[in-house]
Amino acid sequence: MERPLTENIRPGEPPLGLREYVERGGYEGLRLALQRTPLEIQREVTESGLRGRGGAGFPTGQKWSFVPMGPDARRPKYLVVNGDEMEPGTMKDRLLLEGDPHALIESTIIASYAIEADAAYIFLRWEYSTAAERLKAALAEAYDAGYVGRAIMGSGYSLEVHLHRSAGRYMCGEESGLLNALEGKRAIPRSKPPFPQAVGLWGQPTVVQNVETICNLRHIIRHGAEWFKGLSLTGEGGTKLYGASGKVRHPGVWELPLGTPLGELLHDHAGGMLPGHRFRGLLPGGASTAFMTPDHLDVAMDFTAPQRVGTRLGTGTMIVLDDRTCPVGLMHNLLRFFARESCGYCTPCREGLPWVARTLAAIEAGDGRESDLDILDHHVRMIRAGHTFCPLAPGAMAPLESALVHFRQDFEQHIRMGACPWR
Amino acid sequence: MPRITINNQVHDIPWEGRNLLEVCLDLGYDVPYFCWHPAMHSVGACRQCAVKQFRDEHDTQGRIVMACMTPATDGTIISTDDPEAVAFRRSVAEWLMVNHPHDCPVCDEGGECHLQDMTVMAGHNYRRYRFTKRTFRNQDLGPFLNHEMNRCIQCYRCTRFYRGYAGGRDFEVLGWHDHVYFGRAADGPLESEFSGNLVEVCPTGVFTDKTLKEHYTRKWDLQTAPSICVHCGLGCNIIAGERYGVLRCIRSRYNDQVNGYFLCDRGRFGYGFVNDEERIRQPLIRNERGELEPCTIEEALWKTSSILRHGRAIGIGSPRASLEANFSLRYLVGEENFHHGMSGRSYQLVREMLAILQQGPAPAASMSAVAQGDAALLLGEDVTNVAPMLGLALRQNILRQPTREALRLPIHEYEDSAIHEAIQVGRGPLYIATPDVTRLDEETPNTYRAAPQDIARFGFAVAHAIDPAAPEVTALPAAVQETAARCAQDLLTSLHPVIVSGFTCGHPDVIHAAANVAWALRRRGKPADLCFTVPECNSLGVALLGGESLNAALQAVRDGTADTVVILENDIIRQMDVDLAEELLERAQHVIVLDHLPSPTTDYADIVLPAATFAESQGTLVNNEGRAQRFLPVFVPQGDVRDSWRWLGDIMVMNGQRGCETWCHLTGVMRLMAETVPALTGVTEITPPPDFRLVGQKIPRQPHRYSGRTAIHADRTVHEPRPPEEVDAPLAYSMEGYPGQPPASLIPRFWAPGWNSGQAVNRYQSHIGGPLKGDSGGVRLIEPPPEAAITYFDHIPDAFVPREDALLVMPDYLIFGSEPLSARSPAIAARTPRPYLGLAPKDMERLGAEEGQVVALLVTGTCYHLPVVARPALPRGVAMLPAGLGNMVALGLPQWGHIEVKREVWD
Ligand SMILES: Cc1cc2nc3c(=O)[nH]c(=O)nc-3n(C[C@H](O)[C@H](O)[C@H](O)COP(=O)(O)O)c2cc1C
Ligand code: SF4
Ligand code: SF4
Ligand code: SF4
Ligand code: FES
Repeated sequence: MERPLTENIRPGEPPLGLREYVERGGYEGLRLALQRTPLEIQREVTESGLRGRGGAGFPTGQKWSFVPMGPDARRPKYLVVNGDEMEPGTMKDRLLLEGDPHALIESTIIASYAIEADAAYIFLRWEYSTAAERLKAALAEAYDAGYVGRAIMGSGYSLEVHLHRSAGRYMCGEESGLLNALEGKRAIPRSKPPFPQAVGLWGQPTVVQNVETICNLRHIIRHGAEWFKGLSLTGEGGTKLYGASGKVRHPGVWELPLGTPLGELLHDHAGGMLPGHRFRGLLPGGASTAFMTPDHLDVAMDFTAPQRVGTRLGTGTMIVLDDRTCPVGLMHNLLRFFARESCGYCTPCREGLPWVARTLAAIEAGDGRESDLDILDHHVRMIRAGHTFCPLAPGAMAPLESALVHFRQDFEQHIRMGACPWR
Repeated sequence: MPRITINNQVHDIPWEGRNLLEVCLDLGYDVPYFCWHPAMHSVGACRQCAVKQFRDEHDTQGRIVMACMTPATDGTIISTDDPEAVAFRRSVAEWLMVNHPHDCPVCDEGGECHLQDMTVMAGHNYRRYRFTKRTFRNQDLGPFLNHEMNRCIQCYRCTRFYRGYAGGRDFEVLGWHDHVYFGRAADGPLESEFSGNLVEVCPTGVFTDKTLKEHYTRKWDLQTAPSICVHCGLGCNIIAGERYGVLRCIRSRYNDQVNGYFLCDRGRFGYGFVNDEERIRQPLIRNERGELEPCTIEEALWKTSSILRHGRAIGIGSPRASLEANFSLRYLVGEENFHHGMSGRSYQLVREMLAILQQGPAPAASMSAVAQGDAALLLGEDVTNVAPMLGLALRQNILRQPTREALRLPIHEYEDSAIHEAIQVGRGPLYIATPDVTRLDEETPNTYRAAPQDIARFGFAVAHAIDPAAPEVTALPAAVQETAARCAQDLLTSLHPVIVSGFTCGHPDVIHAAANVAWALRRRGKPADLCFTVPECNSLGVALLGGESLNAALQAVRDGTADTVVILENDIIRQMDVDLAEELLERAQHVIVLDHLPSPTTDYADIVLPAATFAESQGTLVNNEGRAQRFLPVFVPQGDVRDSWRWLGDIMVMNGQRGCETWCHLTGVMRLMAETVPALTGVTEITPPPDFRLVGQKIPRQPHRYSGRTAIHADRTVHEPRPPEEVDAPLAYSMEGYPGQPPASLIPRFWAPGWNSGQAVNRYQSHIGGPLKGDSGGVRLIEPPPEAAITYFDHIPDAFVPREDALLVMPDYLIFGSEPLSARSPAIAARTPRPYLGLAPKDMERLGAEEGQVVALLVTGTCYHLPVVARPALPRGVAMLPAGLGNMVALGLPQWGHIEVKREVWD
């Protein structure tokens, strides 16, 4: 099984320095890319079927196709690497950021070249300080070696790559909130349209791409679109970093073919549940996805199959719920997070999420009332995509909505007993 | 023409590119909203304006969209009453009320609260939230605004107005999630000149009028009438509100051509002078002991008319009094004896501006034309301090070019945040040539600091660079020449340039230079407009009326051709050099003054007649663009206070003057004036005549819910007194009358079923942002022929040469303090700085003066002791004296002044 994204990563050891990285074929993708035109690269990426790994799964080549290209295009243009990774339960980008910084830098340059960007920003979550140090060191090496900067590798292409450490907010991961944060403004989202490809960083054409998405690029350039497509089990192309947290035997992150079935992830890679714990359900791709249950173990974890059972691949890193953990408590934990991270711009999220979080806290604390379930149902019904300004709040409702379906009896029991049965 | 379907009704809407909310409101559908504002457009934050949109007629599901963020394109199908949309809107209102304190009974916004209206409209009425509410600490934001953050519903309008629209920087949104705070980094007065608009922009009671709080009255208890702001020459439209004989608040009255939805803080909070304890409320006569003592109306009239019968009287009118009052005075003393009340010098400036506007081809820009323009050159004017709302208009002007670019991306014109994100710090061309820094400087790199002569030379150079036929300026420094060339280029590449100048430099050459630039642009095919500032609210009006200057009045008294002066609403000591004014007043045997408040001029009066203010009388003012507008009385003043025109008419009657019977009614005076002065013919058209009725009824000044009508006078009588009679306007001092919408010029308040707040204005507009239904918006008296032949001004002044022995003292106009009536209002006084003298660092060095050190300044025959303030940008040889503060001169400047450095230092 090929594991291109993690091939250089040696857990517990520092990442490859520039020399070792180059010895292992590093910057070969960049060299090849610079021999082709940006539009050729775009075409290659479109053909590969690469879809965004940041949670939304938008086809990358298609995203690039909206960038104005050629000599008359508005300049400067920007590429932004989204390394904010604050989705609860998600730690896949961290592996790449800490494990193989040169791979990210090389692919960033390729992506920038493909959209003719003049500068690239790597927007990094504040807490990722190890990643920051390693990226800084790698970037310095890359500058020294002429992979970044003026006339890269003797080509006519120049690019500045900046590392920006976020001040820290979940909303900074949402691409337009990220752009505002990068501009030094409040990290509130922007209305779309216009999309960043037209009006992005400092009002200029911009592409925002997830770390994992980016890291695929050097391999696509080296090995071609067909090779990439062949990596996955289903037709969507590539590998995916999957992960698991919760009461499983081996929590972790693994690079596996895209489309690996859920059961295989849970049993073969996460090692099944810890002894004495029964599997009740899981949030497949971070906190803002809906529950999958024991009925769903044979769902192929690609972008389309989970949608058929009412959920999303999301970030591909699952949070596993067992029978010794209170689902109401889990929901309270998550909703408290979402309420805290609401940017406060639109009403349903700013006022609705804290209300939900308080209601869950009351239920969990034994102060639940019959009418509280109506309040929760009401919010799940009212806070939907399109009802709010950005996807944060609908994302926050996804786990709750499914929890109210799959674990309703647990909520009712809390209210009936006036206490949490797990305490 | 797009055809759209709303609730199964088909509507043809006049043009593309608007959003569904505007269209729904235009068509009379009640769609609730918070974050959308008609001048600031859409951001999609509150989610209150949700409607259901359907793909096509086969789509039965539909989806919720925000009306304010959705374009009304051809074929759009929406439902405003779809159950899902209704439920969602109700839910939004419920969320907004979660943390709201529900303190309507003690909230100043109550009764005119958009949040109340929208909560009712959205159908939320039962509270389900059972947890504690979040609370905030409020801030002291200075004398204008009260801050009660707990009432905030986080619609973001205030920051969008304060920062985005008005360019303020000291107010912002702070915090995160459900703890979002709108305020300053620390307590302190809001710095923006437009902060008062937050009262109306904020849909709830977070920002309320602190001056109103001093004498609080609910909207439904206010007697109101349409009026015009008297505190500068722009003539912003206002609604003034009264109860118990006290003027209580000023609100903006929408006029799409003039002030739009907004006002400046001087205009909003400057009304306190009307309630001043020192108001002259009885006629005063100087007794044998030389003191002014009260007398009866009859005595005063008898005495005055007898003086006038026997003496050789001249009249001194006023650029802050109405046309009707000035015309009455002119009629009383005879045209040849009428003086317009300006010094020769001020009048020369005003007359030059008037002539340029009359002659054409460049017309006077309305404020909306300034805002719609896309490039501006300011010659000599610190507009934000002199004519504040012009500053707000210019802030929109400079966004025009980058916005036009952004629309091509494409972005809809109403997508406010998207446009701001696209244009970022991009600004259209703005060139500012002034002696010292101005508030608008922060929006442009193109500033030029110079003395008036050099400002004029710069302007002439711009004109020459635009059209080589305009006279050339020789020996201009290379850098100035380069800026002028760039400015010319920028103006030529714009679509609608505006050239702003005015009186503050006190230099006709500056005004001429502005005219040359506008004319040169016209010759090159650009529809350039001119915008002049004028000293007072009716400067252009009295200039149209004509008359002689104060200097001529002095001459007449010196000659002995006159021995009596009748002074109308004018403190002439402010208008001209103090010593000359004093000489005039001293030499005159009889001085008769009509005014609202004691002034240095009334100190010389033998008789003082208590004149009504704008709030207590009716009249016509002509603003800086030549727009004649009418203010109507809000209430009947206490005491013997009467309209000036009525006092003057009664004197005529006492003397049996021919034609005096016309003075029974204001309409008669107005008609006679329109007949006598051809330039003023249009004034009769501004408001409907007094006998105008709707369904046989007058328009009530009091709202239908006016309370306590039978109790207000109960301390004096148990009978309900007859309301005062109104013969001069179709308005009644009563709650009885026509309940619907009157013609625009008579609108006493914006109020419509379901819309108790000022947002009801959308029910009065022909379309959102358009003119009020059936409105003239005032009458423009000056429209030049667009094809007028151009004769360039060709006198180019010599460059300014600093003197060793003297400084050129320039007036430093201040929004708070320079205008005498507003300066008497407590809230404005609290924001007025202490007097100072601004000096260039080079001059301080030369004089050996340090910051804060007191210097003696001798200028226009007066000696002032003032602390020095360093003004780093000021050109050498020029000093800035705060205009009109306390007893300081303004209109007589610039003048050469001499300085002596003292040793003391003021803290
Ligand atoms: C609330 C919120 C948080 C997000 N956080 C992240 C994040 O931390 N990292 C990320 O790559 N994408 C995040 N996204 C998704 C981004 O908006 C965007 O879709 C993504 O960066 C695009 O990259 P991709 O196409 O490569 O996936 C977030 C979205 C939302 C709504
Ligand atoms: S849903 Fe609304 S409040 Fe929540 S994060 Fe998005 S924009 Fe902000
Ligand atoms: S203070 Fe008023 S205008 Fe500002 S966000 Fe709150 S409710 Fe809106
Ligand atoms: S700009 Fe002038 S007319 Fe307008 S409100 Fe201010 S002072 Fe009054
Ligand atoms: S008015 Fe449309 S979202 Fe606020």
